Amino acid sequence: MSMMLMIHPDKCTGCRNCELACSMEHEGDFRPKASRIHVYTWEREGFSVPMMCQQCKDAACTTVCMPKAMHRNPANGQVELDQSKCIGCKMCVQACPFGCASWDFLGSQILKCDTCGGDPACATICPTHALEWVEDTVSAQARKRSFATKLKNAFAEV
Amino acid sequence: MHGWTGKILRIDLSTGKITTEALKTDLARDYIGARGLGTKYMYDEVDPTVDPLSPANKLIFASGPMTGTFAPSAGRYDVVTKGPLTGTIAASNSGGAWGPELKYAGYDMLILEGRSPKPVYLWIQDDKVEIRNAAHLWGKDVPETTEALNAETANDAKIACIGPAGENLSFIASIMNDMQRAAGRTGVGAVMGSKNLKAVVVRGTGAVTVADKTAFLAAVSKASTMIKEHPVGGTGLRLYGTNVLVNILNSVGGLPTGNFQDGHFETADKVGGETLAANQLQRPKGCFSCIISCGRATKVNHPKYKGEGEGPEYETAWGFGPDCRIDNLDAVIKANYYCNEYGLDTISMGSTVACAMELFDRGIITLDDTEGLELTFGNADAMVEAVRLAGVGQGFGKKLALGSYRLASLYGHPELSMTVKKQEMPAYDPRAVQGIGLNYATNNRGGCHVRGYTISPEVLGVPVKVDKDSIDGKAELVALFQNLTAALDSSGSCLFATFGIGAPEFAELMTALTGFAYTGDSFIEAGERIWNLERLWNLKAGLTAADDTLPPRLLSEPIVTGPSKGAVSRLPEMLPLYYGVRGWDANGVPTPEKLSALALA
Repeated sequence: MSMMLMIHPDKCTGCRNCELACSMEHEGDFRPKASRIHVYTWEREGFSVPMMCQQCKDAACTTVCMPKAMHRNPANGQVELDQSKCIGCKMCVQACPFGCASWDFLGSQILKCDTCGGDPACATICPTHALEWVEDTVSAQARKRSFATKLKNAFAEV
Repeated sequence: MHGWTGKILRIDLSTGKITTEALKTDLARDYIGARGLGTKYMYDEVDPTVDPLSPANKLIFASGPMTGTFAPSAGRYDVVTKGPLTGTIAASNSGGAWGPELKYAGYDMLILEGRSPKPVYLWIQDDKVEIRNAAHLWGKDVPETTEALNAETANDAKIACIGPAGENLSFIASIMNDMQRAAGRTGVGAVMGSKNLKAVVVRGTGAVTVADKTAFLAAVSKASTMIKEHPVGGTGLRLYGTNVLVNILNSVGGLPTGNFQDGHFETADKVGGETLAANQLQRPKGCFSCIISCGRATKVNHPKYKGEGEGPEYETAWGFGPDCRIDNLDAVIKANYYCNEYGLDTISMGSTVACAMELFDRGIITLDDTEGLELTFGNADAMVEAVRLAGVGQGFGKKLALGSYRLASLYGHPELSMTVKKQEMPAYDPRAVQGIGLNYATNNRGGCHVRGYTISPEVLGVPVKVDKDSIDGKAELVALFQNLTAALDSSGSCLFATFGIGAPEFAELMTALTGFAYTGDSFIEAGERIWNLERLWNLKAGLTAADDTLPPRLLSEPIVTGPSKGAVSRLPEMLPLYYGVRGWDANGVPTPEKLSALALA
């Protein structure tokens, strides 16, 4: 069993504390452009969605990485970046279908979620639990249960 | 510097000259930022007798040192200028994510001077600053402008702009940022319009740095916990928004009703936060770095009032609701949407419609004056149409856009304008809550609740309960709240952080962030310095102690129904005590001793 970052856009308020915590954790200052997570908000509807690396099993970023700097760690199920091997070719940036690997021109580095080594700062700071660091199997069950509850309520009204 | 970026961007819109300069470090320490620092720069650079809508007035967008950090709920900025509505120094405070973006672009403040010969907008990308043509945006509302500018600059750029109300120089025009957040009060939108400036678009890639990371993280963690564990800061505001106050104020008889003719509204609950949560609320929304999330993303499906956006806040629901004797929440929200879209201050707009309704009710204005608008109390359709007309500047809306003082004066009845220093008072009746009346009367920007929110102790019992009907200790209470708020406004914090933390915690955050040693006392003293500087500006602008008053109605006409029936404001008893507490003379002028103690001499 491994862990995953669960996103609940319905609970996200768009405050971007996650971006700030990520930047502080990795860069030591507040620079959202260097954050590994970003929140997108639709202001007319007031709806926000946090986006970060999904730690894909069959990850495009690892496939295209020539020096194998981006690799999957089978022990914890995370996709990890070995900065010492990275040549900055940005192929991972091109390949990620979620846009969750990016290039920081100020720091000359690839920005990709490393789950803060297994204790993600974004989930810790999130004031509404829109981001949760959970066991991957249990998380899926929780989502299933919540939809099951909606179905149950719907049928109860029939 | 840490906290502050240490740089100011200055643009002369008349000549197109763009310069940067270093922030004065000693001023930053003593006046903190945002409201305080912006006021200090205004005081040093602009003659207080300036015509607010002339090129000689300056328009300052100022963030605070905590803006852009994850200090809890501290991502705000102020628009500082001379306010056309009041003639006072104005600092209009807003959340969203615009203020932090200015910091990331590298600037604590943006100082705008002069007047552009034609409509323009500013496009600020870090060091690259352009003045661009805005002819194609002039006339567009706030959501249209915001989306058009995101499309032609960058998707993640942050935008502060005016709507048609600001372009038309309405005295109650706001500056809107992030589409839904407002620097609403004192007519700052008209100053922007007078400069032919449609929008300021910012995108920053830089950082805000911290002096002592370990101490700052500890201070943030402590402050966040205190806010989260507070019943108002941690729970109440997220569940019901500020509009939870409708029922609370009504229950104590302090909900101004029918243009302050009464203090209690029978069906108030229909426009309250609980009703909103059960019907139009989509989800809570948070400004940048906010852990409270009082913002309301709402949607109205009623065909007549259809729309979506943010709001209403309590004062908005009150202004378009009970103050107009309206209990149709869909209509109230529609009026709120119009204000956001056209760029109007909801408090002043609501109270101005209420004033017009009383003028109509008394036969002082007729259908001829209103061009067919049946402005009777309780007429929701007429209220919504009145707001739309004020927003676009058509018909009777042109007169409504002047604010209630100028409107009522046009018809010879300024006493029916519920204003202090020509600015509309918000949703707390000074007859039912004595301290808030003293705050309104003495407030440096006229009728305003957020700069001395004694409702906390007088009604909510935070941090301690005081008797709302008593005048004992109110002078001290008001001065303390005004000083603390001046300091926290200047730091970039939201007032609502005080539903959890106080001066000692703000001082800890500021010390760790900036490296300058603040204590609770020195933080409040900075607030007192700012308050006195604002007072000095206003005195130089020509205001006097005679302006420290309330509409005569509140001093002589008792509340008619409800729990506070029979009450009037005891302002005349409190005011001399307040001057004494402030260290001001009998004419409300700061004494040389006081100014010297605050390093203002």
